[in-house]
Amino acid sequence: MASEHVVILAPGVDAAIRRHGEETYPHECCGALVGMGERVTAAVPLPNTTEEGPRRRFLVRPSDYRLAEQQAGAAGGELLGFYHSHPDHPARPSQFDLDHAWPNFAYVIVAVAAGAARDMTVWWLKEDRSSFEEGDLNGDENPDSDTAAAVHR
Amino acid sequence: MATRILIPTPLRPYTDKKDAVDAEGATVGEVLVDLTKKHAGLKSHLYNEQGKLRSFVNVYLNDEDIRYLQKEQTPVSAGDTLSIIPSVAGGAQ
Repeated sequence: MASEHVVILAPGVDAAIRRHGEETYPHECCGALVGMGERVTAAVPLPNTTEEGPRRRFLVRPSDYRLAEQQAGAAGGELLGFYHSHPDHPARPSQFDLDHAWPNFAYVIVAVAAGAARDMTVWWLKEDRSSFEEGDLNGDENPDSDTAAAVHR
Repeated sequence: MATRILIPTPLRPYTDKKDAVDAEGATVGEVLVDLTKKHAGLKSHLYNEQGKLRSFVNVYLNDEDIRYLQKEQTPVSAGDTLSIIPSVAGGAQ
C-alpha cells in the first residue's frame, strides 16, 4: 500500500544530501528541506551543533532553524523538513530521533557506510508521537530530469 | 491582555495555518496554557507526559530565551511577542 506521505526531490537534491553525508562522515550531517507541497527544491546544509558526540547525534540550534525558515519564506517556499545522516547505521529513525521529532515535518535519513552514502528514506512523526511512518521518497517526475528514477538503492 | 505568539512551520496545522496567534496570560506559562486551550493539537508537541515543556521546544520572549529569564514564570507585558522556535535534534543511536 502506498504511503500517504510523499516527498519528491528536485534534480540535484538527492545528490546534495548524499554528498553532505559523505563529506561529514564519520560525523552526522544535517540540513533543511525547502520547497513547496511535496516537492523539495533545495537541501540547505546546516551546522551540526550537538555537544553529545556528532558521530551519533545532530542538533540544529534555534538560530539556524529560524534562519532556515526565514530563507525558505523569502525564496517563496516553505520549510518542509530536515535531513540528517546515520554514519554506519541504517537509514531508520532511532528512539532518539522519535523523542525529538516535530510533527508535520519530513525527516530524510541517509545511511552512510564506511564513508559512502547508501539508503535514503523519509519519515513523518505520527500524530500521537508513538512512532514514525515511512513515506515515499521519489526523484523528480519530470521525464527530462536525470534524477527521474526513485532514489532508493 | 493578549500576547502575540509566533508559530513555527510544523505547528501551524494546529493554528489554522496561521504563523502568529494571540493568547492571554500574565506570565509566559499562562500564555502558553491559554494557547494550548485555544489550539488543543499543540499540547502534546509542546509538553511532555509530565507537563513540562519539551527540551527541544525553545520559547523566546521578544529575543530572550525564557530559560535565561524566569522560565515559564517570566511576566509578559503589553506589546511583548513570544516565539516558539524549534531545535531539531536526532541521531543514529
